[in-house]
Amino acid sequence: MKYVDEFRDRELGRGLAAAIAREAVPGRRYQFMEFCGGHTHAISRYGVADLLPANVRMIHGPGCPVCVLPIGRIDLAIGLALERNVILCSYGDTMRVPASNGRSLLRAKAEGGDIRMVYSAADALRIARENPAREVVFLAIGFETTTPPTALVIREAQATGVGNFSVLSNHVLTPAAIVNILQSPEVRTLGTVPLDGFVGPAHVSSIIGTRPYEFFAEEFRKPVVIAGFEPLDVMQAILMLVRQVNEGRAEVENQFHRVVDRAGNQKAQALVAEVFELRREFEWRGLGTVPYSALAIRATFAAHDAERRFELQYQPVPDNKACDCGAILRGLKRPTDCRLFGGACTPETPMGSCMVSSEGACAAHYSYGRFRDRPQAPLAAEMA
Amino acid sequence: MSGEPRPLYQRPLDFKRGRVELAHGAGGRATAQLVEELFLAAFDNPWLRTQNDAAAMPRPAGRLVMATDSHVVSPLFFPGGDIGSLSVHGTINDVAMAGGRPLYLAAGFILEEGFPLAELRRIVLSMAAAAKAAGVPIVTGDTKVVEQGKGDGVYITTTGVGVVPDGIVLDGSAAREGDAIFVSGSIGDHGVAIMSKRENLEFDTEILSDSAALHGLVETLLSACPRIRVLRDPTRGGLATTLNEIARQSGVGMMLEESAIPLKPAVAAACELLGLDPLYVANEGKLIAIVPAEDAALLHATLLAHPQGRDAALIGRVTRDPDHFVQMTTTLGGRRVVDWLTGDQLPRIC
Ligand code: SF4
Repeated sequence: MKYVDEFRDRELGRGLAAAIAREAVPGRRYQFMEFCGGHTHAISRYGVADLLPANVRMIHGPGCPVCVLPIGRIDLAIGLALERNVILCSYGDTMRVPASNGRSLLRAKAEGGDIRMVYSAADALRIARENPAREVVFLAIGFETTTPPTALVIREAQATGVGNFSVLSNHVLTPAAIVNILQSPEVRTLGTVPLDGFVGPAHVSSIIGTRPYEFFAEEFRKPVVIAGFEPLDVMQAILMLVRQVNEGRAEVENQFHRVVDRAGNQKAQALVAEVFELRREFEWRGLGTVPYSALAIRATFAAHDAERRFELQYQPVPDNKACDCGAILRGLKRPTDCRLFGGACTPETPMGSCMVSSEGACAAHYSYGRFRDRPQAPLAAEMA
Repeated sequence: MSGEPRPLYQRPLDFKRGRVELAHGAGGRATAQLVEELFLAAFDNPWLRTQNDAAAMPRPAGRLVMATDSHVVSPLFFPGGDIGSLSVHGTINDVAMAGGRPLYLAAGFILEEGFPLAELRRIVLSMAAAAKAAGVPIVTGDTKVVEQGKGDGVYITTTGVGVVPDGIVLDGSAAREGDAIFVSGSIGDHGVAIMSKRENLEFDTEILSDSAALHGLVETLLSACPRIRVLRDPTRGGLATTLNEIARQSGVGMMLEESAIPLKPAVAAACELLGLDPLYVANEGKLIAIVPAEDAALLHATLLAHPQGRDAALIGRVTRDPDHFVQMTTTLGGRRVVDWLTGDQLPRIC
């Protein structure tokens, strides 16, 4: 399809593919993780893997906000809608995430919960203003990119006295998750999963800047290249990572100069700091409990914090035991190693977090890459 | 008896300020008034004029095809159309995709109490205009009213009857390895028009729904190229879902070329903004045609010569594939599966 051609031009893609193939040293393996779901999607959607040499492999990381949302948090939201009779506002992609007892927000809606799909935090605040007699809760999810808009509506609700509006915060932090992966015994001590570098998230970095990555580039000796979401951005970043590995460097490089700088967006950072504070720990689907990896609403804004307002008690719910998401997110296993993949677990009936959104590792492979699992692809008829 | 029967009621309907009332669906005088002053006046044709509950028509030669389609679109009015014109086009196209020449339509209305008569009239007039332009009369119908809060303004179900000329056999299971796959124009226009209206998105160029009756185009294509194997309109679920349906029905695979798929820049931009893949966005005025390879050039030329096929493109080939995968060479030169639509990201678009 003919759009944003500048970035998706096939010739440029071929050129980058040739450069990667030329510079990747034969006999050496390069394993890079793209942290962010946006990259996972671009890689799968455009078939980037087909353009990489066999010894350069991409591992899909945990950076898909819908995928890492644990069952227990959705249960809280469903409880609010069904038992506390609130209007629950949610982003569309969260609606299908499986919760306990075969439920999801979509099912809870069918059961009579007043659950509404919104495109922004501001939409949720508007719904609260339009329904002053009802409690309205915004189910906030996402990494650093979506946090500032949530902070903004909380501040506005406080300032303008929208007393019936609160937020169930599930905002999580990118650097904490990357550190968690790098510190897992398989990656750090045993070296069974050589992770040779990271493609860093584009939009997240436009908020937090490149500085937070300097720590693990140094501490873990892993190169990081921040890249945009276009497939050519990703390929360019892979080439930069290959070069760093070849030259023995472990630096933070920035492919995405269009938007990202070292300090990030300080105004947004200040806004987030005003409204949110670090949680001591937070459960991630697939990764388990990760210390200091998420944000809670500060006491100053307690009236707009759904957890305080409704005195919610978090109940962790274990994932299906057969689900290998944790290992997949660390690069230990591939989606096809899971015995549920493609059988019990499909995008229609996800059993684990990586199958929940098209940005998740299992769903991306299922929806876009399934043909690669066959012994040999049948010959495609030539295009006229 | 001679002359017109005397009207059963005194004051005419107030199409300025009036609203749908439960009585309009109760079958009494109010129903008769609504039918006469609105539906009969707009759809006017000999079958309706008999005011019988059913329409009787002569039996045409050839095989009969019949299709039905319910319309629940929200919003009711959108750039490029409304629920009225959409309900006519949708069913005509279903009949046409079977190779049928549409002959008659039936229409069932479910109205919500309190719905403004002015808007209902606008919808009915739009339906009448669409049916007239298509040359397919609405010969029978029904109206029911549900209590306020139990509906969403207007739902319309249309049923169409058509006749397939001898010698034409179109079937979703007829695609064979090597066949050429065409699409008659740019994809995603309808779904994006609805979504941008719903989300109040503003674009430099307004995106219009492509809602249109395609039976004229189908007739032209079939007379030029009677060996067409499959015709299908990629409505809900978009191009991707429809191709997967055909691949499964026919027991084949497909290989598409992404850069060949026509897409308007404004639609592409809107899809990026809304996080949609245009391959899965609904169309209401486009068709997919699958033909034997040797007929590809002829079909392509015929499409391009028709106003509704001006932007038509050869987008891929049918392959042999035990897994019935629809695959695509991406603009980047990689490969991907083009899977079935998962879930329902765009409710109530048709
Ligand atoms: S296929 Fe499903 S169950 Fe298996 S690892 Fe992936 S998400 Fe978990």
